Amino acid sequence: MDSYLEGYYKGYRFCLRFFKEAFIPPFHWREIINQCFEVGLKSLSLITLTGFIVGIVFTKQSRPSLETFGAVSWLPSLIGIAIVRALGPLVTALICAGKVGSSISAELGSMKVTEQIEAMEVSAINPFKYLVVSRVLATTISVPILALYCSFIGLLGSYYNVYSEEATSLAIFYKNAFSNISFLDIFSSSVKSIVYGFTIGIIGCYKGYYASQGTRGVGKATNQAVVLSMFLIFFEEVVIVQIVNWIRYF
Amino acid sequence: MKNKPIEHIINREETVIAIHGLYKSFGELNVLNGIDLRLYRGENIAVLGKSGSGKSVLIKIIAGLLKPDQGEVIVLGKQVDQLQGKEMDALRLHIGFSFQNSALYDSMNVYQNLAFPLTMNIKNLSRKQVDYAVEEALDAVGLKDKIKELPAELSGGQRKRIGIARTLILKPEIMLYDEPTAGLDPISCAEINALIIEVQQRYKTSSVIITHDLTCAKNTCDRIAMLIDGKFFKVGKFDEIFSSDNKQVKDFFTYNFIQ
Repeated sequence: MDSYLEGYYKGYRFCLRFFKEAFIPPFHWREIINQCFEVGLKSLSLITLTGFIVGIVFTKQSRPSLETFGAVSWLPSLIGIAIVRALGPLVTALICAGKVGSSISAELGSMKVTEQIEAMEVSAINPFKYLVVSRVLATTISVPILALYCSFIGLLGSYYNVYSEEATSLAIFYKNAFSNISFLDIFSSSVKSIVYGFTIGIIGCYKGYYASQGTRGVGKATNQAVVLSMFLIFFEEVVIVQIVNWIRYF
Repeated sequence: MKNKPIEHIINREETVIAIHGLYKSFGELNVLNGIDLRLYRGENIAVLGKSGSGKSVLIKIIAGLLKPDQGEVIVLGKQVDQLQGKEMDALRLHIGFSFQNSALYDSMNVYQNLAFPLTMNIKNLSRKQVDYAVEEALDAVGLKDKIKELPAELSGGQRKRIGIARTLILKPEIMLYDEPTAGLDPISCAEINALIIEVQQRYKTSSVIITHDLTCAKNTCDRIAMLIDGKFFKVGKFDEIFSSDNKQVKDFFTYNFIQ
């Protein structure tokens, strides 16, 4: 029990330190841009593939139910709502938690156990600012952009399936898909993605930064980073949906 | 060994590191039990002791990487455990730390490894100035031809020397070597020993050398501090320690091979 509480306290202190260091110069812009490239560009192919497949599969699965009620014309709207509100950000976050979160944790963990982080400290370089702040900012910036991209690709996948059945034009499909999407949906999706991006970055960095016990410890930290990020992403999804629904109906 | 430490460069009037009553423990394990030590300007001192006797802990405390439980560590007139943030960084610019496993940044090549501490600490340097500083440091360790290689492409001895070059780029006054010859073949050990003396003479550094390699201690250091049970049993010339009647010291020397 004590170790759990100690872990929470350490995590809380780590987050506080991030907010403290993120707003105090010097800012390592070049490293932040490098990390955005690492997070963003290198996840693009996986997000494209997954987003497209999710769009196709979700459309395929929804069609029979809508056909039962004679509501196939609602398919683009349903897909639009599902992808923009939930699936786009969630799929992106889960992919990034697995790909980016694990890579951040493994990289920092290896640096920790091979004394590279201490080497930065003794060279009068703040490793927290250089390694942690830049990576967390990079995921916080990149994940919302990737989520937006994933939603777009998901809708494209959905259109591909719809087109194969009904030969609808892309313009009409997108018009219908966005007909029931409000500013609140896009805003809440963006906020959600920012929260997910921050979660992936901070958990990956926290687990890597405090890795110990050599290579075994690095493996353990990487595994914990992925599991904890995914758990928190689902938890945050539930909380944010509740808040957004509360705003929507009141 | 052609390069022996030069006694005349040691200034016994000026203490660069002063340690008084230093204690450090990890949980139940008492590692340092009241350490006292003085390092004079220009002097090389070796800290000898068995593995796990707290030698590395001692230099990590000197570098401010660990906090002592009790006692005073004064480096270049500053009490290390009282320093934070920019004051600590300012002091660290005068301290070079050579890690046991070199701790080179895996993702950077040799040039980037050396340029990194320089460009991060001194702003507005031109590319030409950085190039010159990197080449000068690599020249000091005799590895100018390895400038574009990645750490993974270097041998153990070369990694150690690049690690030392990385600390030299900031022109430190104090060098802290953690097991500089550990895991190296006898020829690489001799090269590292020569390099330690070369650094002392060329950069006028004072050094603390953590080792259990008697050859390294004998050939590179002016004084030896023997760490036993968390305390310095004796601090003195190599021969004084070597001729001690203490059983633990005798055992330590007996099981080591002196070149």
